[in-house]
Amino acid sequence: MSAGRAIPIARRLRHDRMLLIACLSATTLAVAVLSALLISVFIQGLSSLDWHFLSSYASRKAANAGILAPLMGTLWVCAICGLIAVPLGVATALYLEEYAPRTRLRSLVQLNIANLSGVPSIVYGILGLAAFARCFGAISTDDPWTLGSPDSLFFLQLPFGRGVLAGGLTLALVVLPIMIIAAQEALRTVPKSLRHAALALGSTRWQVVWKVTLPAALPTMMTGAILSMSRAIGEAAPLLVIGGVLLLFSVPENLMSDFTVLPLQIYNWAGRPQDDFHKIAAGAIIVQLVLLLLFNSVALFIRHKLQRPLQ
Amino acid sequence: MMPTVIQIPSPVDPSAEGATPDRASEPAVSMAKAIQLRGFSAWYSAHQVLSAVDLDIAANRVCALIGPSGCGKSTLLRWMNRMNDTILGARASGSLHLHGLQVLSPDLDVVDLRRRVGMVFQKPNPFPKSIFDNVAFGPRLHRQYGRTDLEELVEQSLRSSALWTEVKDRLHRSALGLSGGQQQRLCIARAIAVDPEVLLMDEPCSALDPRSTASIEELIRELRETYTIVIVTHNMQQASRVSDTTAFFDEGRLIETGETDEVFTAPRERRTEDYVSGRFG
Repeated sequence: MSAGRAIPIARRLRHDRMLLIACLSATTLAVAVLSALLISVFIQGLSSLDWHFLSSYASRKAANAGILAPLMGTLWVCAICGLIAVPLGVATALYLEEYAPRTRLRSLVQLNIANLSGVPSIVYGILGLAAFARCFGAISTDDPWTLGSPDSLFFLQLPFGRGVLAGGLTLALVVLPIMIIAAQEALRTVPKSLRHAALALGSTRWQVVWKVTLPAALPTMMTGAILSMSRAIGEAAPLLVIGGVLLLFSVPENLMSDFTVLPLQIYNWAGRPQDDFHKIAAGAIIVQLVLLLLFNSVALFIRHKLQRPLQ
Repeated sequence: MMPTVIQIPSPVDPSAEGATPDRASEPAVSMAKAIQLRGFSAWYSAHQVLSAVDLDIAANRVCALIGPSGCGKSTLLRWMNRMNDTILGARASGSLHLHGLQVLSPDLDVVDLRRRVGMVFQKPNPFPKSIFDNVAFGPRLHRQYGRTDLEELVEQSLRSSALWTEVKDRLHRSALGLSGGQQQRLCIARAIAVDPEVLLMDEPCSALDPRSTASIEELIRELRETYTIVIVTHNMQQASRVSDTTAFFDEGRLIETGETDEVFTAPRERRTEDYVSGRFG
């Protein structure tokens, strides 16, 4: 009756099976590589994990070395990065999605954000060094403007110098494009019909955003925030430029303090010839992974909390 | 995304008929005619969807807008609360008066207009919030309420939309757990909770099963006593069942308008007769 030659069912089923096998092997390969990596790290590093490792500074002897300075440095820098990048990213995404007229300028901005997310992070490091650490040379770093005493928690100076604030701001630059794009994607998942419903009840645009769009997009936005922070926590290159110190015997006390971060410490230890240092590098990797998992579970917890009233 | 609203004083503008331009000062007219269109035309970019529509819609009655797809009836409805502002390239000319408001005026406070003109959409679109919060959404936008006042208002609105007995035990559960018909009645409750003067309904039953449709239609007949209702529908039986007056549109023009009985049983125009008897469209 109908034109065309019938494709035998057996062949179609064969194709079906072949594709399944292909996808399954791809997944297996990825999982296998990842678990091999994790297992080797755990075997190498688990023995070095103890309270002493977490609470000591670096040392020339691997047995005495600890990660207190990079651990605290990572926490400080990532906290600053998150506090800056997440609100900025969400606000930018809100403007671009909900307010900005669909002009060529907007497309240009959009294209640039997409491109910026692909710029090597070391470039941001150089920018951060010039802008944050040195204020483009407008104020001499030898004779900075200061506010408060250097011992105080609230000590500030301009230029920021190579401290945690400059590091956090630089990381914020690195993750900002990712955060913006993720937040935009999240906003796009909110059905137009919900915005229309709110508008038709007499909402202002801000009321639509605040009461409808943002709450509906928030769970997806949290996923974007997790991704951004995961990127930030693992960055080493830009902080190396900013002046992440490789051997540090203090924890940050204020926004201007010198700092180092876990990826830098891992890089340092892993590059040494002695096997003992490789072991503590693996230990530091485990700590970093746990930190990442903690971050993510906090985000998941918040996400769950937000969704609960709907269930 | 403000639309370009052009005000062209048309020859049949109420001001040209000797009435004062200020609608607020002529309550007698605006009471009888809740909505008045004169020489109303609408475009999406260069495409004209409505041309020179003159139409009066009386207060506290149900007016059905019928006609084949693409005839411009939904566009007209969306101009009545300026929802077309959200569409790029949408513009209109002529005059559209609604309870004393010049709807097309660039100075119009759209937020106030939309509080006074509620809308029910084609597909039920409850917020992913609790039933209570859905109904309380509108009131909370405009005023600050004490808890008991708000609870009373929500109950009243849900009673008016004939949903109260079904949901009174689960007010704080998600509205998304309701059936399609219940969701649409919730949307009606949400719309009337802000105490509008006019209710616009854009094919409110097209996504519903027959039983839910029947309950919405019954509701529309009850709501007529309080609100002026304009309903767009593709369902001829529905138009004849729920409406008092009917306006038939075709190809962007108002072909015929009158009492629903007359439009359906003794249409003046051949095209109306063909359409209502199912010969085209």
